[in-house]
Amino acid sequence: MTLNGWIQVALFCAVVLALVRPLGGYMTRVFQGERTLLSPVLAPVERGLYRLAGLDARGEQGWRAYALSMLGFHALGFAALYGLLRLQDGLPLNPAGQGTVAPDLAFNTAASFVTNTNWQNYGGESTLSYLSQMLGLTHQNFLSAATGIALAVALVRGFSRASARTIGSFWVDLTRCTLYVLLPLCVLYTLFLVSQGVPQTLGPSIAATTLEGETQTLALGPVASQVAIKMLGTNGGGFFNANAAHPFENPTALSNFVQMVSIFALGAAMTNVFGRMVGDERQGWAILGAMGLLFLAGVTVVYWAESAGSPVLSRLGLTGGNLEGKELRFGIVASALFAVVTTAASCGAVNAMHDSFTALGGLIPMINMQLGEIIVGGVGAGLYGMLVFVIVAIFVAGLMVGRTPEYLGKKIEAREVKMAMLAILCLPLMMLGFTALATVLAAGLAGPANAGPHGFSEILYAFTSAAANNGSAFGGLSGNTPFYNTTLAIGMLVGRFFVILPALAIAGALAAKKTVPASAGTLPTHGGLFIGLLVGVILIVGGLTFFPSLALGPIVEHLAGAAGQTFATGG
Amino acid sequence: MLASFRPALVLFVLLTAITGLAYPLAMTGLAAALFPGKAAGSLITRDGTVVGSSLIGQSFTSPRYIHGRPSATVAADPVDATRTVPSAYNASNSAGSNLGPTSAALAERVKGDLATLTAENPGATVPVDLVTASGSGLDPDISPEAALFQVPRVARARGVSEDRVRALVTAQVEDRTLGLLGEPRVNVLALNLALDAGLRQ
Repeated sequence: MTLNGWIQVALFCAVVLALVRPLGGYMTRVFQGERTLLSPVLAPVERGLYRLAGLDARGEQGWRAYALSMLGFHALGFAALYGLLRLQDGLPLNPAGQGTVAPDLAFNTAASFVTNTNWQNYGGESTLSYLSQMLGLTHQNFLSAATGIALAVALVRGFSRASARTIGSFWVDLTRCTLYVLLPLCVLYTLFLVSQGVPQTLGPSIAATTLEGETQTLALGPVASQVAIKMLGTNGGGFFNANAAHPFENPTALSNFVQMVSIFALGAAMTNVFGRMVGDERQGWAILGAMGLLFLAGVTVVYWAESAGSPVLSRLGLTGGNLEGKELRFGIVASALFAVVTTAASCGAVNAMHDSFTALGGLIPMINMQLGEIIVGGVGAGLYGMLVFVIVAIFVAGLMVGRTPEYLGKKIEAREVKMAMLAILCLPLMMLGFTALATVLAAGLAGPANAGPHGFSEILYAFTSAAANNGSAFGGLSGNTPFYNTTLAIGMLVGRFFVILPALAIAGALAAKKTVPASAGTLPTHGGLFIGLLVGVILIVGGLTFFPSLALGPIVEHLAGAAGQTFATGG
Repeated sequence: MLASFRPALVLFVLLTAITGLAYPLAMTGLAAALFPGKAAGSLITRDGTVVGSSLIGQSFTSPRYIHGRPSATVAADPVDATRTVPSAYNASNSAGSNLGPTSAALAERVKGDLATLTAENPGATVPVDLVTASGSGLDPDISPEAALFQVPRVARARGVSEDRVRALVTAQVEDRTLGLLGEPRVNVLALNLALDAGLRQ
């Protein structure tokens, strides 16, 4: 670890923090339907969309109608993306002549993008046409991100309203988020990325003749416009197979820095939107504080582990940390930081191959996802995931003092706690259940590329990433098989919708409640005591659930590696 | 149900048109107008032919050139299309090795590369980036140490003094961005073009 490395980390944190209030203030105005700087240009477009859709911009929905609209919209998106992938060979904008996508891979990819996971069983440059990338993936990147934010806002309305039947309109939240938040940011961001060297062209691949006379085929495409939304929307699905490690997706140290900031920007700002909408910004800062503590602990471990390097290679006389799977222009610190950022948020873009991280360096990304990606988290998804944990933490605190728990003036009762537990428990069911299944079936055991505990880690990481809707991978796993395409897709769908529906049910129940004034017996939820309680609950729930599986994978691998043991495949 | 069908369908179609077509197409047009070279892939031409992209590494095996990092990319086997064969710096199929920290295959590969490099420049410490594969398999850069490590071999192969080669290498070293972000590095393709231009006899 170096001083320069820590300065890069500190600068990253400072820039993210500086963006929280401006972005939070702007987004609050957007979701409360107020005028913004961009209204003169966008309001006519917005009104036109509502008119064609037959919507009343002031019409609101109860939580059931909100949930049904969201599900119907996603079913439509799923069907359209599946169809597009299956038919891409006969559609325009396919200069490389990519063939149709196989049914199981198309199912997996459709589930992957609709759920904001963006797990890559497809190899971008070798499987998809430009039309599929733009019309299918770029577009789902927008809509799945906008959905996440819309749902978080709906849950926040549950807290901020009293005796209300409605939690907003899904259609209005979706439209306003896309038009006023995501699209304008992406336009500026795309131009920045192109200025750094990210291609944006509809032209075909270029055949270059290298200095040694070989032919090198340079895959190109409309890359920048997709990378912009893949980062801002914490989607993470790469245009290229190597994702943000590919020099065309992430050409410079500066583009890398901005990409990391953009993964966190909207998610961090959502905590401020929460604070503003419930009328006390300190509540938002307390949540961001709990996220920040977990984040810095993760960064410290990964940076330390990757700087120390692999003990197996150190024994061969290699010094200078672990550079296997990392790009030189980023180096160790920017790769370690990126890995923690992308798994803390539900982004899943990678600028280095997590599969080749040291055992402990790969452990932290797994824990980040297993905790449900509540450290900043996916845009919106992180906030509603964290609020679910807040409800459990408040409930535990209530048990300790023998008092009905309350949060922001709302009594937290049996229904809310049951729904919160449902949302929390569906993740380990998918992650651990499918991992167990894969380790006893031949079709599952055919997946890992590495032998020994690392092979187990590859499987565990895959289902963890899928259910958490992250999308990063220990890439050695051969996931493009009927078994993995199907099971991972189920994990993604359950991990998304079985968190969303309980969260919306909580929103509906809370909105209907009266607000009770704070009394001397109310636990203040904006201070250090509450932050400590929240972090404690998260670590206990996560630790109890996942420690045994982590012991079988990364922890045993760390011990074996320290003793100099290696594992050969096929032996 | 029917009431929410119209907004679902209409918003889906219109938002698809905006975000899936209008946005990427408008960006393609703007990018081509503002940054034409970069939008098209930062291509480098020499004597009228495209020799590569300044952002994408390429395979160098001749002793006359500075070599890049090991690359784990593969290509379809020309004999049997269902299999793949190693094909370093394949810019249409980016990939890392995905070998884990306790992989025997990784340890073997590193051991072999260390032996080759030590034989080439005995006594010098082998820089870590010369024996570790990059994440994309297309890393265009190596560390300044890795470039300097290869100076004796290039000088021998070209029959010039080490000082002349070293001067050309040093001139190509890029510092951290803003003196802060990333790592100091040397672009291998740019350096080799400079070697060809500067050492033409």
